[in-house]
This record gives sequence, C-alpha cells and structure tokens, in this order.
Amino acid sequence: MPEVPERGPPLRLELQGIRKAFPAVVANDGIDLAVAPGSIHALLGENGAGKSTLMKIVYGVIRADAGRILWEGAPVDIASPSDARALGIGMVFQHFSLFPALSVAENIALALPATRDLGALSVRAREVSRRYGIPIDPARTVHSLSVGERQRVEVVRNLLQEPRLLIMDEPTSVLTPLAVRELFRMLRQLADEGRSILYISHKLDEVRALCDTATILREGRVVGRVDPRRESTRTLAERMIGAAPPALRRTPLDRRPRERLGVDWRALSPGGADGVGLRDLRFEVGGGEILGIAGIAGNGQSALLAALAGEMRAASADAVRIDGEPVGHLGVRARRRRGLVHVPEERLGRAAVPGMSLARNALLTACHHGLVRRGWLRPGAISAFARRCIDTYDVRCGGEHADARTLSGGNLQKFVVGRELLQSPTVALVAQPTWGLDVRAAAAIRSALLGMRNEGVAILLVSEDLDELFELSDRIAVIAAGRLSPARRIDEAGVEEIGRWMGGELPDTSAPERTGQDHAASP
Amino acid sequence: MRFAAPLAAAAASVLFGSALFVFLGLEPLAVLRTFFLSPFRDLYSIGELSLKVAPLALCAVGLAVGFRANVWNIGAEGQLVLGAMAGGGFALAFPDAQGAWLLPAMFVAGALGGMAWAALPAFLKVRFNTNEILTTLMLTYVAGLLLSYMVYGPWRAESGYGWPESEPLQAAARLPRLLDGTRLNPGILLALAVAGAGWLFVARSFIAYRMEVGGMAAGAARYAGFGRGGMVWVGLLAGGACAGLAGVVEVAGTIGKLRETISPGYGFAAIIVAFLGRLHPGGILLASLLMGIFYVGGEAAKVSLGLPTAIIGVFQGMLLFFLLMSDLAVSWRLRWRARRDPVAGA
Amino acid sequence: MPELDLVLAIAIATLGAGTPLLLAALGELVSEKSGVLNLGVEGMMLMGAAVGFAVAAESGHFAFATLCGVLAGAALALVFGFLVLTCRANQVAAGLALTIFGIGASALVGAGYTSRSLPAREAAGASFVADLPVVGPLLGSLEALTWLSLACFAAIAWFLYRSRPGLVLRAVGDAPDSAHAVGYPVIAIRYLAVLFGGAMAGLGGVFLSVYYTPTWVENMTAGRGWIAVALVVFASWRPAWVLAGAYLFGGVTIVQFHLQGVILASQIFSMLPYLATIAVLVAISRRGEAARRLAPASLGIPFHPER
Repeated sequence: MPEVPERGPPLRLELQGIRKAFPAVVANDGIDLAVAPGSIHALLGENGAGKSTLMKIVYGVIRADAGRILWEGAPVDIASPSDARALGIGMVFQHFSLFPALSVAENIALALPATRDLGALSVRAREVSRRYGIPIDPARTVHSLSVGERQRVEVVRNLLQEPRLLIMDEPTSVLTPLAVRELFRMLRQLADEGRSILYISHKLDEVRALCDTATILREGRVVGRVDPRRESTRTLAERMIGAAPPALRRTPLDRRPRERLGVDWRALSPGGADGVGLRDLRFEVGGGEILGIAGIAGNGQSALLAALAGEMRAASADAVRIDGEPVGHLGVRARRRRGLVHVPEERLGRAAVPGMSLARNALLTACHHGLVRRGWLRPGAISAFARRCIDTYDVRCGGEHADARTLSGGNLQKFVVGRELLQSPTVALVAQPTWGLDVRAAAAIRSALLGMRNEGVAILLVSEDLDELFELSDRIAVIAAGRLSPARRIDEAGVEEIGRWMGGELPDTSAPERTGQDHAASP
Repeated sequence: MRFAAPLAAAAASVLFGSALFVFLGLEPLAVLRTFFLSPFRDLYSIGELSLKVAPLALCAVGLAVGFRANVWNIGAEGQLVLGAMAGGGFALAFPDAQGAWLLPAMFVAGALGGMAWAALPAFLKVRFNTNEILTTLMLTYVAGLLLSYMVYGPWRAESGYGWPESEPLQAAARLPRLLDGTRLNPGILLALAVAGAGWLFVARSFIAYRMEVGGMAAGAARYAGFGRGGMVWVGLLAGGACAGLAGVVEVAGTIGKLRETISPGYGFAAIIVAFLGRLHPGGILLASLLMGIFYVGGEAAKVSLGLPTAIIGVFQGMLLFFLLMSDLAVSWRLRWRARRDPVAGA
Repeated sequence: MPELDLVLAIAIATLGAGTPLLLAALGELVSEKSGVLNLGVEGMMLMGAAVGFAVAAESGHFAFATLCGVLAGAALALVFGFLVLTCRANQVAAGLALTIFGIGASALVGAGYTSRSLPAREAAGASFVADLPVVGPLLGSLEALTWLSLACFAAIAWFLYRSRPGLVLRAVGDAPDSAHAVGYPVIAIRYLAVLFGGAMAGLGGVFLSVYYTPTWVENMTAGRGWIAVALVVFASWRPAWVLAGAYLFGGVTIVQFHLQGVILASQIFSMLPYLATIAVLVAISRRGEAARRLAPASLGIPFHPER
C-alpha cells in the first residue's frame, strides 16, 4: 500500500483479503484496503464492480466469507450495523435508510442508542446541521422532503454519532451541481477534523476533485491504488473499465425536424409515484431528435412519463399530440397503437413481469402487433417476436421461455428496449435507460437509441445522468418541482445553467427568451 | 415441479393428521383407511364423492380466475347460497312449470344470482377501492341470514312439519340421476365442462393474460395499460357465476328443496382447492377430488369411528399451511437456479 | 328515571359487546403496524374461545382458562408467523388458512362442550365501582376483562406513540429495509407483533365464550374476527378510532338485539353488523388517498433480509 504511511498513527480502517461470494458471482475477491485518519478515500468502480458489497461488509449489513477487518490497528468483528456504529463507523446509503412516515427527529432517534427525549435530540440535530451548513427541520415528516433534503437527514443522523469513518455511497447521484459543491465542502470540513471518509463513486471528475486516495475495483478485485489528483480522467477510466467501448457518434441535426410528439398541458393533477403535480408543460419533440430531460429524482419525472404514456389521462384531447393527432384523452394502449413506446425506469415489476417468460413479457406491450387475434393469443407469433428481440439486441438468456427474473439487469434492459423499438415506433419515451448497467450494456442501449433517432423516431429521454444526456440529446430541458424549463440546443447548453435549473431556479417562462436558444417555443 | 408442492402438502397433511389421530386415541391406519378407501368402496360411494367434487370444482375454477389477478373473492360461500336461492326460487316461483327449459333457466338464474352477489363487492372495489376480502366475506354472512329469513318466512312449506324449508322442487326442476343405485347427477359433467372452458380461458385468452400480469406485477399492468377495473369485474363475476351454478347443482341435485343450510362450507373449501390446484383448472379438478375425499371420508369416519366432522376443517387448514410452506422450498430451489446465471452481485 | 336507566343499560351492554372486538382489533392493529396483515383473527378468536371454555369447564379456574385461551391464540399466531415471516408465504392466503384451520380445530377442541355450562364464579368487576350512586350497579356488572380491554387500549396507544419500542415497531412497518439497514431485527420484531395480535385475539375469544355468553357453540364468533380486521381499516390504523369503532359495533349489536322480535324478522336485524361493516369500509375508502397513506407502507409485503 504505497500511498499510506507505514508508521505514525494507526490506520483508521484496514481490510485484508476480504472475499464474498454469492451463488452467481464472486462480488469481492481478496480485497485489501487501507484508510488513513483524515483521508478522503475513493472507492472507484463501475456498476457491479463490488463496491457496495464491500461497504456493506464494513458496515455489518452482510458478512464476508473470508478476510480480516482492522479498526485503528485492532482486528474487529462487525456483525451488525449497530456494531459498526459503536466503533464509530457511519454510512449514508445510496438508497436511504429512512422512514418516510416518521418525522426527521424520529428518524434520527431510530439510528441512535436509546434516547427518550426527542426535544433535546432535535436541538442537537439543529446544532450539528448548522455547524456543517446542512439545514434540516426536525419536525417535518420525511415523506414531505425532497431527495436532497433526505440525504441531509441521513448525513446529520450519522454526524450526531461523531463517526470517525463516514461511508458515502454514490452520494451525488441525487444532487444538483451546486449541492454537490456544498457536500464536498462539508466532507472536507469533516476530514479536516480528522474524520475519514470512504467515498464510493463511479464519477471520475468528482473523485479527482475531492479525494486524496483512490482504490479502484473491477469485477470484485482491486486493480489499482492511486492518488486521483495526479491522474487524468482518461487514465482512471482505463483502469476502472479495462478496454473502454468506442465513443458514440451523434451526427448533428441538419434540418429542423417535423413535430411527432407535441405537449400542451396547462396543469396536471398530482400523479406518478412521486406525487409531484406538473405545471405549464409545453414542448414538442421532432422526428429524428432526442429531447433530454434532466432533473433530480422526484421532481415530477414519473408524473411526466405517466402523463405522456397515457397512464394518466388529460382532461383535453389536445394536451398530447402524436403526429398531430390529439391523444390526450386516450389510455396507454390506444396511444401505443398510434406508435408510442415506453422504456420505464424500473425494469423488473414494471417493464417486465419477473415470473413470466420472455415470450409472455413480449406480449406485455407488443400485443397489437399480430400477437393477439380476436382476444385469443397466438403462441407461435408471440415466441417468434420474442426471439426476434433476443437475436436483434443480443440478449444473453436461456431462450424465449426463460423467466425475466433470471436475466441480468443489462440483458433484461436490452430485451425491453428491443421489445419497444421493434414495434416501429414514432415516439419513444425512455427513462434512465442505462441506470445500474455495466459499461458495455449501457453502450449497447445508447447506440440502439441513437439508431432509432437516426431512423426518424422522436425520443424523449429522461435521465438523472447529465453525462448521458449531453452525450445523446439534441436538445436538453430540465424538470424541477413539476415545471419544465425551455429546451436548449445541446451545443448551446452549459452545465452551469442546467445545474442552476435543476436546483429549481427555472427562468420565467412567460418572459421572452433570447432567440436561437428557446428551441421549444419555436422549433 | 409444478405439482411437487401440492403433493408434498397432501403428504404432510396426512402425516400430521395421523399424529392427530394418535393423539385422539385412534388407530391412525384404520382412520386413514376409512378416509381414503371408503369413498371408493362401491359405486354408491363414488357417486357421493362426485356430488362433493362438483360444487368444489365449480367454485374453485371460478375463484381461481380472480385469484390469478389478486382479486380476493373469499365469499364464494355466499355467492353459492345466492345462486341456490335464485335457481331454487325460480323453480318455486313457477310451481307448474314442467318443460325442459326449466332446469337451464334455473342455472341461468343461479349464475346471475351468484354474479349479483359478487357484483356489489366488485362495484365497491372499482368505485371506492373498498377491500373485497372483507366485503365478500360480510356478504356471505348476509346471504346466510337472507336464506334463513326466506325459509323461515315466505318459502316455508306448509307440509314441512314445522321445519324451516321450502316445498320440494317439482320433478322438472330436479337434476336426473345418471346411474341407478347412486345419487350421481350431471353436476359433475357441468363441473368438467366449466373446468374445460376455464382451461381454455386461462391458457389462451388475452383477458386471462392481462389478469395474470395484474396479479404477478401490478406495476407492469399499469405500464402496459391493462386496467384494474376490468380485472376486478371479471374476477369477481366469474367467481360469483361459478359459485351460483354450484348452488343450483346442490338445490336441483342433492337437496331438492331450499333449506337453512345448502352447503357444508364448499365455498370456503374451494379457496383451498383453488390454491392446491395451483389456480389451474386441471389442477383444481385433482385438488377437488382430494378435498371431496376428505368430505366423504370424514363423514364415513364420523359414522364408523365417531370422529367429529370438525376434523375436515382441520385437514383443510393444514393442507393450505403445508402448501404455503412447500411453496417456499420450491421457490428456494428456483432462486438457487436463477443465481447460477450471471447477475450483478453488488 | 326509567329512560336514563335504559340508556345506561344499553351503554353498559355496548361496552360488553364491544370488548371482544376491541381486544381483537387492538391486537390486529399492533400486528399491522409492524407490516403484517393477519386475516386469521377469526380463527385465533375461535381457538381462544374453545380452549378457554374447555379449560374453564374442566378446571373451574377462570384465570387459568383465560391464560390458556390467550396462549391458544398466540400458538396459532406462531404458526402464521412461521408461514409469512420465515417462509415468506402470501399473507392473505396464510391468513385464510389460519381462519379455516382455526374454525376446524376449535370445533374439534370444543366438540364435547357444546351443551356444557360453566361452574358458578364470584361476582366479577371492580367492587369499588359498584358502590357508586346510579351508575354503580350497572358499571359493577361489567367484567374485569372489559376494564382490562380499556387499559389495553391506553397501554397500546402509549406504546405506539410515546415509547421507543413502539417507534421501532412503526418504523419496521413503514420501511423494513431501512430498519434492517439501521440494525433492527425486522423478522423478530414482526414475530412479537404477530404473537401479540394472536394473544389479544385469543383473549377476545375467551371473553366471548367464558365471560360474555358463557357457552361454547361452533363458529360462535360469527364473523367478529373479520369485523375486527375491518375495524383496523376503518380506524385508519389509529388506536382511538379502533376504540370508537369497537363500541360503534358493540352498539349496533346491542341495538339489533333489542329490536329483534319487536319488528320484522330477527334475521334482518342480524344482518346489521355485517352491513354496517361494509358501510364503514365504503365510508373510509371514499376518503381515498388520504386514508390509504395512513396504512403502514409495508403492510402485507414479505420482507427479504438478504437484500
């Protein structure tokens, strides 16, 4: 471990030869890791590299099959999260471990050793949140908080226990660029106080900006220990991914596209999973164009998609147009018959039925493509369509009769994307298409989307991944608190501005926009 | 693999049942012999068995349609009673009717009666999202009281020696006996036909596919635009119609009149039959055979060994317990097999 | 004042009729707050009623009989817990199985006791209350278990909203994955809640067969277990509303009892509690989303700890 001093104060945390095997995969294989006091240590790796598993072992959520954990020089056995907390380890989960129906104070109390006095606890929580510049209101119900606010609750909850090691699991995926800067400032403050930070990420820029040490994981093994400040993004990426797939090429639009999806919807009632009401939606997507929608999770994305897909109907038919035809009053299946397809964010349980075969899952949305006749199924046609998805999109599976749940995330997503795109759509709604996928599967999905764009499909791409949006979109807009910003052409859009919009500072849509930038208002 | 769990459940129930017999001071082998052999002792017993199998299979096939979509109709008992009242009441309303049309009309009336009793929970579920488990069950109690009211009041026979029951139904309203020396009636044929139709529906219809999606993944059904309301209506009405038919089979076949009790809990037992048959019409036929054996064997054991009939209920409950447990064992194996395929581990 | 006496008498009778519902519904409330929907309340009540009656008839020991009934309810709940918590079976199906099993098993236990009567026992109730003017004799006629059920209500309301274990219980029902990640033993907590629910249902059953009627008849709960489940929905998982609902239904039972034989046939009035159940369920579900949000978020969903 060349970056870590061998003498002096003992290491805060040292892992030796950690191994954890699941029935299908060895998630961690002989992992050594050393974190010094006051260090911000990155654990870098792409999805599926084994980062989360390793951190769950450190936090006592799961147990390692082999290996040793040393805490401040002494071997320890961490059997549960409360053991970890007793040692002084705190963890902020990527998917927060909060209780939505309870108040912030109650949420904090639940993570601390028995305390009876919620009032005193609230005072302490306010104090800590002020000290680190992360304001929270202990009386509010977590249910009513935004994703960013929820993360603050998680952080404060951990800080109240005076942790000497704080694990942050992909913390920036729910934050605006501005909030990311505040988070970094706070983490540096914590490190200056001598606390150690283990920062899990696959975002190279962040790691280079924040961390002093990085351990790089690939396929469950350590493939490098570096000082990220001295590396370039490219060298880090090569170590993290191995051979990177070729970059995509998006040819710019040479002409103004013809509208295929049009939306003019003054106000929508709350809907979708996040219960955010939509306001003042006016935009269109042209054929052969990808309109990217950026935004922090929970700002109305699911309501927007539900409204466009037809899961939520509009009061007026003109609210949504497909190829000029008003469809706002129609449901999902009627809109699909007019050429709309939809790749939702959630793969198992929404895009696919886990316990059904791929063939029967093909029937889920492709039913009006000759798979059903007069209300009766046509098994031959159904199997043939499923096989076509599998062959065309290189889905690795046990054939069309394999259950959807037996597929890996990437292969299932390829199947879902294939099922939707093989229906010769005119309009495609796509949400978080590469979330949680490894680099190769993600590249395959992205190139499939670009291919459809080049064939003239109008694609609405909702994503929380700004890099992905800038790579794929022709125009980009931001959704914040249920409102949609004007769309910028991608070559005129700046990350600064988009980030400000994501934080809720949308421009006043009633004011005239500078010409050439408001593509949505005058396509 | 598909039938491993039900078979294991049946075996475990028999094993635990034997232990129970020992506890009650009985010779388990003798009891089991009575239970499982007496239903097949002679033609008459087989006929009796078919009289139990028919209503069980009818109710269970109908319930399975709803269960597949997570529409929890557990009020088949009440829908059966309403079917019996509608079918039997139809015959009572036309005491002089002698034509061959009478029986089919009674079955139609019975099916409609059962559907009507299921339609209220369906409406409340679709309109107000009222829990159908509780409403169907409450309506079962109401149905029982309604039948009691009718046989104590308007339908009470003058010739009934004061018993709360109606006049016997006229000959044209009775199901014929198929075999001399038995009480076998065409009810079992109706059950087979309904199971056949149910199989076709489940295997090949798009509606059944949509309902299956709704049952397995509600989010996927919403995403695909498969409306929940239709599923609730189809699920409950199918259950109500089939239970109503079972009620007519009982009144026009075995009983021959309306009285305070029509069914010894067929509607509830059919819930277990439906699960035991894996919600599949073929499996349901087999499961209702097993359940029928419990009924016939239980009655024989009561007569010859003095065993309380309550033992049937104990067996039914145990069957479902063990079925749910063995499902776990089966799904563990499935999950283990799934994990051998590559999935992201972190 | 004969009218006042009648009103008081009806009120007192209502308290008695509401007691088994209150006990069973409070138990179900705790179970559901932890995220477990137990539809086997009817079966557990019947089991408690049968075992309690049998023990009381054999031993003449009422406290011991009560304890046995409670344990019988809890024993059935343990079977249910094993099914849904350890085996992760469908909670609806397992609850139905429990009810069917409970009906059969209670009939088996009670087979020899159908026409038996219980030995005499000393006057129940709190004697100091009986000395109060006017209401004294009536209140004094209340069973000790009725007072106990009120104490249970207060204790459970305090437990759920004022104590730390209660907070943990609600947290488990709200977000079991979070509770697991924070380090609470989700399955063990749910087992305790389910066992408590079974014990309370058993107690409700004992009250019915040993103190209230006192007789044993097959299926004597006549749907009270189901009404208790409905009460929890009606109450939107709030203890005070469970209390109010239990006495509302106690009142309906008493009123229909008094009206029977006055006008119309008895069966029509016997339908009242069931129809009233449907009516309140509709009334509460009409409130839609607002009411649903009060339900424990994980209600009915099996928990997989190895995630």
